[in-house]
This record gives sequence, C-alpha cells and structure tokens, in this order.
Amino acid sequence: MAERFKLETGLTTARKVRPRRFGGDQILKGLVGAAAIFVVLLLIALGVELTEGASLSLTTFGPGFLIGTTWDPVHEIFGALPYIYGTLLTSALALLIGLPIGLGVAIFLTEKVRGSKLFGYALGTLVELLAAVPSVIYGLWGLFFLSPVLKTYVETPLHAYLGFVPLFASVPFGLDFFTAGIILAIMIIPTVSAVSRDILNAVPNSQREAMYSLGATHWEVIRRSVLPYARSGIFGATILGLGRAVGETMAVTFVIGNTPRITASLFSGGYTLSAVIANEFAEASYPLYVSALIEIGLILFGLALIINLFARLLIWRMTRTTRFRV
Amino acid sequence: MENGDLGKGTYRRRHLFDRIMTGFIFLAVFVAVLPLVLIVADVVIQGGAELSLDFFTKLPTPVGIAGGGIANAIQGSAILIGLASLIAVPIGVGAGIYFSEWPESRLSAISSFMNDVLAEFPSITIGIFVYIIIVLPTRTFSAVAGAAALSIIMIPIVARTTEESLKIVPVSLREASLALGIPRWKTVLRIVISTGRSGLVTGVLLAIARATGETAPLLFTAFGSGYFFNSLWSPIAALPLTIYTYGTSPYSDWIAKAWGAALVLVGFMLILNLGVKLLIGRRYAGVRAEI
Repeated sequence: MAERFKLETGLTTARKVRPRRFGGDQILKGLVGAAAIFVVLLLIALGVELTEGASLSLTTFGPGFLIGTTWDPVHEIFGALPYIYGTLLTSALALLIGLPIGLGVAIFLTEKVRGSKLFGYALGTLVELLAAVPSVIYGLWGLFFLSPVLKTYVETPLHAYLGFVPLFASVPFGLDFFTAGIILAIMIIPTVSAVSRDILNAVPNSQREAMYSLGATHWEVIRRSVLPYARSGIFGATILGLGRAVGETMAVTFVIGNTPRITASLFSGGYTLSAVIANEFAEASYPLYVSALIEIGLILFGLALIINLFARLLIWRMTRTTRFRV
Repeated sequence: MENGDLGKGTYRRRHLFDRIMTGFIFLAVFVAVLPLVLIVADVVIQGGAELSLDFFTKLPTPVGIAGGGIANAIQGSAILIGLASLIAVPIGVGAGIYFSEWPESRLSAISSFMNDVLAEFPSITIGIFVYIIIVLPTRTFSAVAGAAALSIIMIPIVARTTEESLKIVPVSLREASLALGIPRWKTVLRIVISTGRSGLVTGVLLAIARATGETAPLLFTAFGSGYFFNSLWSPIAALPLTIYTYGTSPYSDWIAKAWGAALVLVGFMLILNLGVKLLIGRRYAGVRAEI
C-alpha cells in the first residue's frame, strides 16, 4: 500500500506523509476483499458439504454407484447409471439441435445485419428474452403444448416410417428423451448465440475484407475465414451451452417422463440426474436414500465444474489472443 | 482456396449455394424466435382467463372448490427476494468492487474466476447445499433457507455486473480525485460508485429477475405453503413453486391456476428485463445471457 501511495501522490520522500495503518483505504479493501473471499469459500463449501453429505453412499456403494442400473429405495439399492445416461443423452440432443440454430442467429446478427442496427438490436433482444423466461415456465409449456404437438406431428410419423431404426423404435409417448432434448435445445440457444456473437464480433474485419477482395461470396467469407478464425471460441460457447443443459432441472422434470431406463429409443420415457433430485429429495425417508441423492448432486457438481472450467479456458484464450492480434 | 473455385463455370453454383446458406441462416433465426412467441402467447391465452382481483388477493382453495388465488405465493416470493437481496447485494457489490479496483491481486483473479463458475452452477445443487447447512441443523424448511439459496444464485450476477459497470468509469476521473488529495477509499465510494451507479442498479435488477424465476433451489429449502407468511423459520410459498406443484397435479382447476401464476411470473420477468434494457441500453442487459 505504501508503494502505491508513493506512486499516486509522490509525497513520501518530500514530506513524511504515510497512510495510517488502519485508515479508510485499509478498511475498504478489507471489507470488499472479505466479500471476494466469501465467493471463493462458497464454492469450496459447496464441494465439501456435498462430498460430506454423500459420504454414506460413497462408502456403501463405492464406484459401483456410477455403473449400477437399479434404483430401488424400498430395497436400499441405488445405482446412478440411468440418470447419468438420461442427462448425457438429452444434453447431446440439445446440442445437436441448439448449436446450429444458436450459431445461425449469431452469424445473422454479426454478418448479415451489420448495417441495420435497429433490426439487429430488436432481434438480439428477443433472443435474450428467451434466456429470461424461467425454466418452470418452459416446463409448463413443454408439458401442455410442446409434448402433445411433438408426439402428434413429429414422433408418430417418425415412428411409423422409420420405426425400424432403434432411435425411433418405441411407441411415442410424448413425455420422453426427445421432448426433453428439444426443450433443452430451446433453452441453450440464447447462451450459444450470445457467446458466439461476442466471439464473431472479435474477428478482425481484415479477415473478411481479404476474402471479399478475392471475390468470395458472403457464405464463403463466413465459412472459410470467419468461422475458422472463431473456432475455439465457438467451441467454448458450445461447452457452455452443454453446461447449461446438464444442470437444467425444472423444465426437464416436467417432460422427461420420470422412468429410470437405459434405451436407445428417443421416444421412451427417461430420467435425468437433476430431475431425480427434484422429485425424490424431499421425500427421501432414510439416511442412505438422502445420501444417495446427494451423491447424484455431487456427480452433477463434478460434471458442471469440469464443463465450466473447460469452457472458460477456451473463451478466455480466444478473447485474450484476439486482443493482441487486432 | 483452390483456383478452380473462383473459375467462371462455378459462378452460378457458388452464388446459388450462398443463397441456400443465407436461407438456412434466416430459418435458424425464425426457429430461434418462434418458441418465445409461442410461449408468451400460450401463457397469455391460458393464464389470462384466470386473472381477477381474487386471484391476486385470496389464498388458494382446496381442489374442486372454485375461486381462490395465489396471494400467498406472490407475498412469499416478495419476502424471499427481499431477504435474498439483503444478503446478496452487499456481498455481490463488495466482491464486484474488489474485482474492479484491485484487479492485479491474486485473490481477484481466483475469486473472479470462481464467481463465473458459480454463476453457471446447476441451481439444484445449491438447493442441496442449503438443505445441508440450514434445513438439517434447524430441522425445518424455512423462509431463511429459501432466501439463502436464492442469494447464492444472485451473488455472482451482482458481482459480475458491478465489476463491469465500475471498470468502464474513466481512469482520468479516479486520477483527478486522487490528485486533489482525496483518499482512495473516498474516491471509490464517492466518485467511482456514483458514476457507475446505473450499472449497479441494473445488475441488482437482473439478479432479482433471475432469482424470482428460480424453482429448483427452493424445492427443499422454502418448500412451499398454502398459507400466508407467518414466521421466518417456517415453510413459505413462492410463485415458481406454485407453478410447479399445480402444473404437475392431475386436477384441471389447479392446472388453470398454474397458468395464471405463470402469466404473473412471465409478465414480471418481461417487464423487468425490457425495462432494464430500455433504461440502460444493451451494454448491461446482455450480461444476463453472457455470464
């Protein structure tokens, strides 16, 4: 502190003015520093408490918990594989559908409507509002509108004509992996498009101009010069979207069907990590049951942590390098 | 790019392809916006029929009995958000000030990174965490536990927006203040914060908007209740909980109530988000989607 005071005021040598040891500066730094430390402690406490809460289940089942396929509270047998499977399958489905659409919106906003500020602004606002809608509303809408619509107009025809493909093998139910995947796709579009849009905006114009000067069409500029340049950042946006899909609870709980099952068929009811916690946690009647559910939460914690660290690293690297290159 | 690509014979083909891809991009935009329109329309149509004065002022009635409202849920949400803001705003703003004013310290780097991670955390794990540290020791679901869970959702949002809005305060303002001999703490509190005030307020509003819609962390902390608020240490109702419980019930009059509650919630969110956007502009409003 004394060093900085010297730099800022240049007074230390001329007159012996020193900051008081516990002056206002120290107090302010101490207070706001404590808040910053609190954030760190919060995340650490989250991990520690979840691990501790899951310890009974961890010692009882060991690593077998991750590959166990039976979830039977009555006989005290717990295995998480159907839930892990459901979470991964619905998230993958969400990415498969949400990524091209979210990226399309980002390309539209950065490459197509550059000149028209107002239209781009209005459209960007609409997509951002999609992120503001609470997930319980997505769930309600998914249950009463999307699920019947998908069942009648998408799932039934697919099953009728392509029923021999394992993916579409079972009789459509409406409340299944497919509907959950679509709902999640809708929910991650704003994330993917907002992050990709920032990344695409960071691509220097010289990249585009060089391609145009060669006589390339608009799409060729995007495909061969903009997208390759933004590749790692878009990958980061994808992973961030994945993180959101993995952690999403309420919307999925409404439409997943809530049956722990591992099957290739998208039209079969399933279950996810977050949905089983939401449904059973308040009713869990004995310590091992609660502990098993907390371990499910711990798996979710681990997945989210890895996904987020990875995404942050990619985005951070991308925005850092462009800052120097521009 | 190979020479052949730009040859004369490929001109038509390349431009046709360009058109097709442009078409796909327009299609993507249409598909992305469509759900918002459908959701809002559905909520307004289904929920609009439910709205009446009773809906906002009465307690819910048991299944099969007409009338009644969701006044307890609206009251509960307001209390939960108020309590959560009391916890989250000082901590979030404090951390944000630290990130922005002492960016060179190692704590700043670590904490700011963890703040980003916390912002993206599955909210249901936060519910479990609060269940373990508050509900278990006190042996009751409570308003305090619900508010604590919501505050953990809010802190990272407030911290990030505070940092962003203080960072854009010009260095020259700080230098001018320090040159007058005003100590650093006074410079931060009086000059920097009052200049970045609108961004700070925006951050708090966005955090409130986000927390109001959160359901998962409340399931086993606030738990829900059919009555008005009576004490900080007993279960409390909340709008999203009402939507969840009523929406997944088999009774048609409860489902209708869920749509009504959904309209109230969506209306609140849209007004808050659009209001923030119109007042402040897109600089901060985008933060919700980006952090």
